[in-house]
Amino acid sequence: MSIDRATAAKVAKLARIKVEDADLPALADEFNAILGFIEQLQELDVDDVEPMTSVTPMRLKRREDVVTDGDQQAKILSNAPDAREGFFAVPKVVE
Amino acid sequence: MSDLTKLTIADAREALRKGEVTSVELTDACLKAIDAADALGAFVHKTPEIAMDRAAAADLRIKAGDAPDMCGIPVGIKDLFCTEGVASQAASKILEGFKPEYESTVSGQLRDAGAVMLGKLNMDEFAMGSSNETSVYGNAVNPWKVEGSNAGLTPGGSSGGSASAVAADLCLAATGTDTGGSIRQPAAFTGIVGLKPTYGRCSRWGIVAFASSLDQAGPMTKTVRDAAIMGRAMMGHDAKDSTSADLAVPDFEAMLTGDIRGQVIGIPKEYRMDGMPDAIETLWAEGRKMLEDAGAVIRDISLPHTKYALPAYYVIAPAEASSNLARYDGVRFGYRAKLAQGDGITEMYEKTRAEGFGDEVKRRVMIGTYVLSAGFYDAYYNRARKVRALIKRDFEDAFNQGIDAILTPATPSAAFELGKEVSDPVEMYLNDVFTVTVNLAGLPGLAVPTGLDARGLPLGLQLIGKPWEEGALLNVGCALERSAGFVAKPAKWW
Repeated sequence: MSIDRATAAKVAKLARIKVEDADLPALADEFNAILGFIEQLQELDVDDVEPMTSVTPMRLKRREDVVTDGDQQAKILSNAPDAREGFFAVPKVVE
Repeated sequence: MSDLTKLTIADAREALRKGEVTSVELTDACLKAIDAADALGAFVHKTPEIAMDRAAAADLRIKAGDAPDMCGIPVGIKDLFCTEGVASQAASKILEGFKPEYESTVSGQLRDAGAVMLGKLNMDEFAMGSSNETSVYGNAVNPWKVEGSNAGLTPGGSSGGSASAVAADLCLAATGTDTGGSIRQPAAFTGIVGLKPTYGRCSRWGIVAFASSLDQAGPMTKTVRDAAIMGRAMMGHDAKDSTSADLAVPDFEAMLTGDIRGQVIGIPKEYRMDGMPDAIETLWAEGRKMLEDAGAVIRDISLPHTKYALPAYYVIAPAEASSNLARYDGVRFGYRAKLAQGDGITEMYEKTRAEGFGDEVKRRVMIGTYVLSAGFYDAYYNRARKVRALIKRDFEDAFNQGIDAILTPATPSAAFELGKEVSDPVEMYLNDVFTVTVNLAGLPGLAVPTGLDARGLPLGLQLIGKPWEEGALLNVGCALERSAGFVAKPAKWW
């Protein structure tokens, strides 16, 4: 498995990280080095193994489905780069 | 009293309770040491006012006879912990200016126990790194140097600032977090003790998430006893973390008898790596001998899937990171890129993340995105989770065969020079070769300093315990610490 420029560009897009076109070949090389390292996993026969889902086996606790928190608008907005009239403000989403 | 900052937690607790020293005096001494140690790059946000307020409050509690073990003890907090009203950036530009409105459960427990926060400690960005060189604040530096050399060494990572601060006696102890070795590797590189508890012991609530199924907070201290004291104060069930274990936390300190007669210690043959430096090999053999002389039964064991731990980790950790770090989008907190005319919300996300994340973080987020993407999920992510199950089974088999604890080196080398390994990501990943298995299996691991190499740099051994048995693990660590008698300190140059 080898990652080319186009795949690197697609991954960057999926991750919502802007990568300049000129930087794509180097990025693809880095991916290939890391994926080459990961490739060792293919040596193992894991057909009959269940994927691990829980690190320490335990039943998740249940709780009443009720509101336990809220009324903290000012605190929630206090770290926003741009907050207006009680909302998070972002650039135009719909054309 | 002189050299207040050199005290252990246990000694300081004693002196505080006897009235030989006040927390205000201790805290003041630490703050002075911190101000004189900017060259170490350990403390990145100093909080002297908070510290002095808490110290004064702790002194009142001690006087009133209501003093938990950590009351009045000055500690440093890794920048990964959210601390109310105090910058908490995970050493990333993308969290520039972020001041949480809340306190992480672990730092909150320490605060409520009367511990004094001196400030926030340097680390690799989002805890991704093994040398503290990916930090937005710049490098943390190891207080140790090679004899006769001036070259700056890494304190390890990701909890590099914590390790440097404790080793240099800027604080009595510090919090760390460990996703693949980030407590144990820096502890070994700086000659201190580091405990990664069983997954689920410490609440992850309010700790900036890297890889949620691997992350675990723990203490970084000068002695095993201190790790027992501080560890206990950090642990416990928290309803706000669904993976937090609802189990009683025992008094670990009371379990430190140092008596390990009859305990069976496993030596896994797969941890003997090709090209391992002689110093590490010798250290490991000496550790084996020390435990044997203390009455333990040594048994050679096999953990057959060890070599697949690092590749499995470098699928699972980036996958979880890509998901966890999706929240940094420039909307709710932290940094937002300056936008050009006509830029919409997608450009805002992409530019913010490109400018806000460092190279290693971007690399891991994108690798994680790739292994989770359609068509590759089974080949990479699911396969890695299956391999993880096999690695966990290796340990379960060993414990089922009567092994009480496992002894390994903590790191494949002593601390290396800053700037030396940063260019090759895979080379850097090898630093975690002995520690990462423990995170994958969710086990407790303890790094104990046991010797110096020929150049005068500290080296540590790792002990791996059974799930939830930190007390027994710390007791083996206590025996190892006694036998090793490691007392070396770095010569002060900062």
